Amino acid sequence: MEMTLAEKIFSRHVGRKVSSGEIVLAKVDATMSHDDNRPLAIEVFQEMEGNKLFDPQRVVMVLDHEYPAPGEVNANIHKKIREFCKEQGCVFYEGEGIAHLVMPEKGHVLPGDLVVGTDSHTCTYGALGAFSAGIGSTDMGVTMITGELWFIVPETVRINIIGNLPRGVFAKDIILYIIADVTADGATYQAVEFAGSVIEKMSMDARFTICNMAVEMGAKAGLISPDETTLEWVKGRATRKFTPEVPDPGAHYTKVIEFDLSNLSPYVSKPHYVDNGVPVEQVVGTPIHQANIVSCTAARIEDLRIAASILKGRRIAPGIRLFVVPASREVLKGAIEEGLIPIFIDAGGHIGIPSCACCGGGVYGTPADGEVIISTANRNFQGREGNPRGFIYLASPATVAASALQGRIADPRPYFMD
Amino acid sequence: MILEGTARVFGDHINTDYIISGKTKSRLTDLNEMAEYIMEDIRPGFYKEIHSGDFIVAGINFGCGSSREAAPWVIKKAGIAAVLAKGFARIFFRNAINTGLPVVRLDTSFIQEGDRLRVDLDGGAVENLTQKRSMKAQPLPLFIQSILDAGGMKNFFKTHRSFDLKGC
Repeated sequence: MEMTLAEKIFSRHVGRKVSSGEIVLAKVDATMSHDDNRPLAIEVFQEMEGNKLFDPQRVVMVLDHEYPAPGEVNANIHKKIREFCKEQGCVFYEGEGIAHLVMPEKGHVLPGDLVVGTDSHTCTYGALGAFSAGIGSTDMGVTMITGELWFIVPETVRINIIGNLPRGVFAKDIILYIIADVTADGATYQAVEFAGSVIEKMSMDARFTICNMAVEMGAKAGLISPDETTLEWVKGRATRKFTPEVPDPGAHYTKVIEFDLSNLSPYVSKPHYVDNGVPVEQVVGTPIHQANIVSCTAARIEDLRIAASILKGRRIAPGIRLFVVPASREVLKGAIEEGLIPIFIDAGGHIGIPSCACCGGGVYGTPADGEVIISTANRNFQGREGNPRGFIYLASPATVAASALQGRIADPRPYFMD
Repeated sequence: MILEGTARVFGDHINTDYIISGKTKSRLTDLNEMAEYIMEDIRPGFYKEIHSGDFIVAGINFGCGSSREAAPWVIKKAGIAAVLAKGFARIFFRNAINTGLPVVRLDTSFIQEGDRLRVDLDGGAVENLTQKRSMKAQPLPLFIQSILDAGGMKNFFKTHRSFDLKGC
C-alpha cells in the first residue's frame, strides 16, 4: 500500500509497516530539550529513576530561551543543565543560538529521522524530510531513558504550493497566508506535507520557515520531501548515517489543498491570533514602536539578507527600535562576513546575542502598554512578548524592515522595484 | 471516578501562554507558586476565583501554542479537577494525560459560567445539574486512559518501565 512520508518514517522506526491511526512505539533518532521547560526534562528523568541516557550522543540540550541568563533563576537552571550534560556525557550547546537552528546545523537531525523535542517548534526539522514533533518534559523524561516513545501515526494533509511568487513576497508570507486559510486548528493531530513547484524551488532557509509554523495550524509535524537541495545542505553536517524517505505517489491524504500564489501579497498576521492574517494592504499605515527580526522562524542568513537589502543606506524612522537577533552563531558569523551587520547598525538597529531573545516574553524587548511590535517571529498571542497590553503583528523580514524605515506597517514591494 | 464542581468558562484557542505566561514561567521554578498566575493575561485574578474541584470549560483548540508542560501542571495545582473542551491541541493533550489532568472532549456549548457539572470520567458522561442536561464525552483510547488512570506517566512508567501496546 502507498504510504505518506509520515507513515514511511514511522514504519522504519517501528520495524514494520504501519499506517495512520495506529498507536505505536517508535525508536527516535535524537531528542532536543532546552532551558525553558518547567519541570526540566532532566528533573523528570531523575524522578523516573533514570540513571543512564539511552544514548548520550542522541540526547541534545541547548541553552537558548533565556540566554545569557537574565537572572539568578535562569542562571541556576543553566548550571543544572550544564552539570547534567557533563555527568551524562550528552550533547550540549550554549551560545550557539536557537535549538531549532543548532539541531540541523550541527547534523543532529537528518532526512528520514524521527526526532522529538520539548518545544512546539520542533516541527521545524520537517524541512529536512524528518518527522519531528514537539512533546512535553514527561514524554522527554521517558524518551531519554528508553530511546522510544508512543505515538499515534498521524493522518496527513497535503498542501501543494504552486505559481510564480511575486517579488517582495517570501516564505513567511506564504505560511502566514496558508495558516489564515487552514486556521489555527485546521490540521490538529495531523502531519502536513508541503509540496509543489514553489517548495521545490525554495532554499533550505525558506523551507525551515514554512515547516516551523506547521504547529500554528495544530499540526503534529510539517514535512517536505527531501531532494537535491536537502542533501546538498546536509552534506558536511551529518553526524551519522541516514536514510531519506519520500512519500509514495498515490498515498492517502485526508485532504489535498492547492494554493496558487502568483498574486499573493505580503501577508501580516494581526493581534492576537496567528491565523488572523491579512494582505499587507489592509494594515499599511498602522503605527509601530518596535521591529524585531528574530526567532527560529525567520532570522536565518537569508532573512537577514532580505532585511539588509531594504535597510542598506537608509535609517529607521525616529523613535523606532529595531532588534536584529541572528538565530544562531553560524548565522551571526555569516552576517558579519557578508557585511550585513554594519548595514543594520548604520540603519539604527541593535544586534542581539543568538538566542530566542524577545520571542517568548522571558528576556527583553517587552512592549510598553499600548505599543505595537512587528516581528518575524511565530506567535502574536496577547502577552506573548511580556505585556498583555502590547500588540504584535507577524510579518516577513522584508515587511518588518520596510516598516522600521517608515515607522508604520509598510508594503515592502516598492523596495524591490528597480 | 465521578467529579462534581462548577464550570469556569473560557473561549476558543486558549493557548498555553495564556494558561501560564512566558514572563512568569521563566522567572519561577515552583509549580505551586506558578499556579497563582494561571490565565493572568486574559483573566486577572482567576486563581482567587477558583474553588478546588472546579472545571475549566472551553471551546476549540484548548492548549494550543507552546509545548510547556507547566500549563497542565498549573491547572492541576490551581485546584481544577478537569478540563472540558470541544477540542484539545495535541501537545497539551499529551501533557495533560502525562501529568494526570483529566481532559474531556465534548460539545461544551451547553455549559455556562457557574453551572454545576457532574463528570463521570469512566462512563464518559457530563451532566449539567444547573441546566438539567446530559452529554456524552468522546472516549479516550484505552492505552491513553490507562496512563490517566495511573495518575499520569510518572506513576505509569515507574510501575511498568515500558509500554505494552497490545490491544491498541
